[in-house]
Amino acid sequence: MKGKTKLIKKDGTRLDGRKPDELRPVRMEVGVLKNADGSALVEMGRTKVIAAVYGPREIHPKHLTLPDRAILRCRYHMAPFSTTDRKSPAPSRREIELSKVIREGLESVVFTELYPRTTIDVFIEVLQADGGTRTAGITAASLALADAGIPMKDLVAGVAVGKVNGILVLDINEVEDEYGEADMPVAMMPSFGEITLLQLNGVLTPEEFEEALKLAEKGIRQLYEHQKEALRKKYSLQKEEV
Amino acid sequence: MAKFYVEDRQIVIPGDLLAEGRDVLVTTPYIYKSGDKFYATIAGLVQVNPEEKRLNLVPLEGAYLPRPGDVVIGVIIDVGLTYWVLDIKAPYTAILYASEALTKPFNPVQDDLRRYYSVGDYLVAKVLSFDRTKNPLLTIKDKGLGRITRGVVVDIKPSRTPRVVGKKGSMLNMLMSETGCNIVVGVNGRVWVRCPSKELEDIVVLAIKKIESEAYTTGLTDRVRMFIQEEKKRLEQS
Repeated sequence: MKGKTKLIKKDGTRLDGRKPDELRPVRMEVGVLKNADGSALVEMGRTKVIAAVYGPREIHPKHLTLPDRAILRCRYHMAPFSTTDRKSPAPSRREIELSKVIREGLESVVFTELYPRTTIDVFIEVLQADGGTRTAGITAASLALADAGIPMKDLVAGVAVGKVNGILVLDINEVEDEYGEADMPVAMMPSFGEITLLQLNGVLTPEEFEEALKLAEKGIRQLYEHQKEALRKKYSLQKEEV
Repeated sequence: MAKFYVEDRQIVIPGDLLAEGRDVLVTTPYIYKSGDKFYATIAGLVQVNPEEKRLNLVPLEGAYLPRPGDVVIGVIIDVGLTYWVLDIKAPYTAILYASEALTKPFNPVQDDLRRYYSVGDYLVAKVLSFDRTKNPLLTIKDKGLGRITRGVVVDIKPSRTPRVVGKKGSMLNMLMSETGCNIVVGVNGRVWVRCPSKELEDIVVLAIKKIESEAYTTGLTDRVRMFIQEEKKRLEQS
């Protein structure tokens, strides 16, 4: 069935009515959890992800300690109720892999050397999954890190570009991912234009890849504005005077 | 040639371009330099001084990092043979050696540290040294330091403590003169309040919580003063 399913309508819009280069409706909120040092909620259409950050704090078990910098630990997890069929709450192969790529996507922005011998723990919980959960996860995690007051080079925002019916589309959802020809999640530091996460599932020609990357960057810049707005909103009531 | 992209007291977030130029003086570790450009790495308030080409960033969130000379309020979480381990709300636990607490020589063979201070005790202490490679060392051998025996300790965000003190101690002096309470602010985000009465103590705790949640708003000192006066009036009526 792959590639055969009609995912682009006659008028050029997608099944959910979006244009090929259009993001899903975005909602971001910072400081949603009271117990965490930093937290954020990110919604991209029907995808809903929450991130919590704890630390810098003492490492347990102690032997993981690094003498010159903090370690970053990351757990990406999908709630059992996040999918239509119940997902086993045990970490799957996929979740372990995504935890790793998200961790590496964040490690390059966090100034871990400011807090030697400590740990920064990032928890990403997918509440509702409709495609693009890893990119929504990394977007939420970077907001939560900023909320926790952890120094970082830039915020990180991520979005997936896909190819469906031969057309490159931005921010693909579950259906487009499943029946499309390619899926490429990208995360970047928008201020510096540096890529911190890049994966590709499926087939793209070199030209398509270049174009897909440009499309992703366009989406990421829009998400970056949402991120900045969410963070600023938290302090909008608290102005001036130190 | 220095060029500033932000105004004084503006709120910035990570990744914001603050300034450009070779002769900009940065006085905080929270600003990242890439080439000739300066970026914020943390959500905070920038302090810009274009004449002196100075750039500073005051964090709005974040953990407490000890500095030698800081007066902190810690809780004992463990007792060793010759030292106590204290939680000072920092990423690192603090160590208080017996020699920095007791006036006479301490012999662990004959004596037990728990006789002096034990787990759960609150201490006002001063940071002796800290350089990130080793845990901070504390001392209580100075005026005003030592165990807390009465009053309450309020926990607030460490980044909000400058606001509880205020400019040149204005907020703190106002709190003390309005209520007649004695207040000690630990810069690690713990405030010790001693009052003539329980009711006044409650008012001060509420006022401190108000300062914490409304930090960085203008005219806060006056609003807190009004709050305390109203609460006191209510107290007299009942």
